Amino acid sequence: MSFPATASQTVGPYFSIGLSYLNSVSVCAESAEGEHISISGQVLDGDGVPVPDAQLELWQADDKGRFAGFDPGESGATAEDFQGFARIPTDERGVFRFHTIRPGTVVTLEGTSQAPHIVVLLFMRGLLKHLVTRIYFANDPRNTGDPVLLTVPPERRQTLLAEPTAEQPEQYRWDIRLQGENETVFFAY
Amino acid sequence: MKNKISPFLPLRPGTQPDYLHPSYVSSILRSPRQPLIVVPQTLSELSGPVFGHNGFGEFDNDLTQQHAGAPLGERIIVSGRVLDENDRPVSRALVEVWQANAAGRYMHKKDQHAAPLDPNFSGAGRFLTDDSGYYRFVTIKPGAYPWKNHANAWRPAHIHFSLFGAGLLTRLVTQMYFPGDPLLPYDPIYNCLNDERAQQRMISSFDLENTVPDTALAYHYDIVLRGRDATPMEEQR
Ligand SMILES: [Fe+3]
Repeated sequence: MSFPATASQTVGPYFSIGLSYLNSVSVCAESAEGEHISISGQVLDGDGVPVPDAQLELWQADDKGRFAGFDPGESGATAEDFQGFARIPTDERGVFRFHTIRPGTVVTLEGTSQAPHIVVLLFMRGLLKHLVTRIYFANDPRNTGDPVLLTVPPERRQTLLAEPTAEQPEQYRWDIRLQGENETVFFAY
Repeated sequence: MKNKISPFLPLRPGTQPDYLHPSYVSSILRSPRQPLIVVPQTLSELSGPVFGHNGFGEFDNDLTQQHAGAPLGERIIVSGRVLDENDRPVSRALVEVWQANAAGRYMHKKDQHAAPLDPNFSGAGRFLTDDSGYYRFVTIKPGAYPWKNHANAWRPAHIHFSLFGAGLLTRLVTQMYFPGDPLLPYDPIYNCLNDERAQQRMISSFDLENTVPDTALAYHYDIVLRGRDATPMEEQR
């Protein structure tokens, strides 16, 4: 390797000028195949104060575990109505909300399978580089064999689990806590 | 069938900032306190969104032509290449840029700096790199601006850059600075690395060759994204 990577810098307070044209409320079209769900939550700082100027970027597989635009192999390509990517800003109460489908299982490089999950990149003023985390689904039996979840200490795993709401099971709740009790697990690769 | 897929090499120590940097006050309540958990790379991070020109406007690579009149300030051309750590060009990378106007004011409702807005300058652009990883856009040189981080704090002039390369783990948001800026030694964001060379890589260089006589000065800025292992692993399907 000849060149070290360029350093990350914060997005600062005014990133919406440049980044909001990709904003969306949905990871895929209403017509996409699969179990349609919505996920909402709040981003909270170390004082428990909502973060009104955060941005989430979501990346996930379709219901058959395939990624859009990626060499599909024999399982075929994702459909036109499945993008798998969305950029979601938080509102003035630090709340985000998006619609998607529950993703399928995705293979690891070793050929084992991962439980359904959504990768989340988190940006905001105050973060000199973005954070990476994942959303899993609390009611999914495949979580017990997931190689990434198994790497996380058991007492912290619940920070990665979206919980179905009592009123509407297709609506999930998942919060991001940057510090303190129940600090969300963030990953390095 | 098997996909050939290469994992990313670990980032070199010292090339990226830590999350907590107390002199950058906003990092104190917004940086995680638990160490990051190192997990295996999977298809979920080795893949990533691919973007085309969809949604681009005609003048997204010329911030001086997005309105009826010309913006105030010093017109500049910024160009360079997006490469990976193996020195290979990153083609069709989505690059998004945003910046303050020549007076140091952002076209953003939360920017209260008492400097004038410029009705002819929005300060946002986007473009893709070409097959050689090359990009070029036209803008005006942004002004320095004050912020509340500490007494008499001023950000050095900078352009914010956001990049999507090949694979989610190449995602990078950074800032491009200008050579000779006297504010650089005082800026906690620029100085977050405590590594002179890593910081200097964020400073563009004056680019006489690409200036346009009587029209625009030019700056050169190369960006290096995280690289993959040169020998691909077999991905089992
Ligand atoms: Fe800025």
